[in-house]
Amino acid sequence: MTGMLNGRPVAFLAALGRPVLELLAAIGRVALFAMVAVSHIFRPPFYWREFGQAVMQIGWFSLPVVGMTAIFTGGALALQIYAGGNRFGAEAVVPQIVAIGMARELGPVLGGLMVAARVASSIAAEIGTMKVTEQIDALTTLSTDPMKYLTVPRLLAAVLTLPVLVAVGDSIGIMGGWLVGVTRLDFNSATYIRNTVDFLQVWDIGSGLVKGAAFGFIVALMGCWHGMNSGRGAQGVGAATKSAVVSASVLILAANYLLTEAFFSA
Amino acid sequence: MIELSGVYKAFGSNQVLNGVGLSIARGESMVIIGGSGTGKSVMLKSVLGLVTPDRGTITLDGQDVARHERDAFLARFGMLFQGAALFDSMPVWENVAFRLLRGRLKRPKHEAREIAVEKLRRVGLGPQVADLFPAELSGGMQKRVGLARAIAANPEIIFFDEPTTGLDPIMAGVINELIREIVTEMGATAMTITHDMTSVRAIADKVAMLHGGIVRWTGTVTEMDETSDPYVQQFIHGRAEGPIPSVR
Repeated sequence: MTGMLNGRPVAFLAALGRPVLELLAAIGRVALFAMVAVSHIFRPPFYWREFGQAVMQIGWFSLPVVGMTAIFTGGALALQIYAGGNRFGAEAVVPQIVAIGMARELGPVLGGLMVAARVASSIAAEIGTMKVTEQIDALTTLSTDPMKYLTVPRLLAAVLTLPVLVAVGDSIGIMGGWLVGVTRLDFNSATYIRNTVDFLQVWDIGSGLVKGAAFGFIVALMGCWHGMNSGRGAQGVGAATKSAVVSASVLILAANYLLTEAFFSA
Repeated sequence: MIELSGVYKAFGSNQVLNGVGLSIARGESMVIIGGSGTGKSVMLKSVLGLVTPDRGTITLDGQDVARHERDAFLARFGMLFQGAALFDSMPVWENVAFRLLRGRLKRPKHEAREIAVEKLRRVGLGPQVADLFPAELSGGMQKRVGLARAIAANPEIIFFDEPTTGLDPIMAGVINELIREIVTEMGATAMTITHDMTSVRAIADKVAMLHGGIVRWTGTVTEMDETSDPYVQQFIHGRAEGPIPSVR
């Protein structure tokens, strides 16, 4: 027994358990950070100017990348559905499937991922740099809570602007499908639009917008968390930036599955 | 008065503060000297609550700093950071007036700007600097802006973290003079941490030497020059030989 405890099996279990414990501890720390951040949303002071700047950074300046992603995805989706539908004579469903695919899945997920790449990285790099140059300590000494000043405006801006970006992305993506449908696949323009409008239900769009808000929360939370916990120097900030993008992307995909399961499972 | 008593702080296995005890009287300019990594910045940040000590008490006017109402407590302090720690997303005047644009010391914007320009003038910078961004300034100018920000709300206590690090000797002399003048004219209590012995002689009423996580020696500048303490003597003369290992 003593041999077992001192020997390899215990060492193996310890090696296995250590990363699990570290992962659980990290999840706990992020959850606490999120809870504190959310609680600050409802407590003054509120920094409107920082909120406005965050809306511009996260929402407005992400429009081009979200729009470009959506239009090409919508076009490619139309081609794929046409090619797939052709195998069993269902080419006519292109407008409906493009619309539902963009509104329910591709609009929010690709929009979220593009914003994660653009915004989570920039938030983590900005806050990480502020941390290593003692600007966050300076904020505290100037009687300003970094959580309220840095995290809350970004979190709120992301939650509010991502649904708008998703809505714009949905529209542009559906338009991309229409463009390819009409110019390449010989669909009648008016019929394509009528089929799209008739088929789409409010909840198809609404569920995508709710997903957008959830993904916005994840993007800003990961950017702020990794920035605030950045290591020292350029390497620390670089690692924080990378971790912010990777964790935001993975969490978006995981959250997308869970939300899809919650919204649409039979 | 600021008083530290039996303050301990470790980061993992690295015991940085090992029972620090120190008193700083009201209106006194205390300079903390000591080698790199001896915990000078940690001690200073412990007073401000930026670092939480593992053990010990830190009091301000007899009251535990942890029990002070946070905003009111911090409103009494100004701090010049080692790298100035200016916010690069905002112009110089907003950096200086940061505290005056929000929170309990909030003033109308034009008034805050006027105060910022006046504080910039006090540290030798013209009004044309007010609308520049920190990235457009030299290191010396950034330090002066940091100093202007530290004094913008007329604090009772000012902390200076390595105020002359990275500056040429002339600019370091200018900053030292400014600190001395400002502390004297404001009647503020000052705590400065530095390696620079020229700064020590220019700024200090009293000097404390931190080594091995404790305050090893305290006295005036004259007493510092006359002390036989081998640690102080090695440090102030910059000798490689002595009780402080040169390779740490």
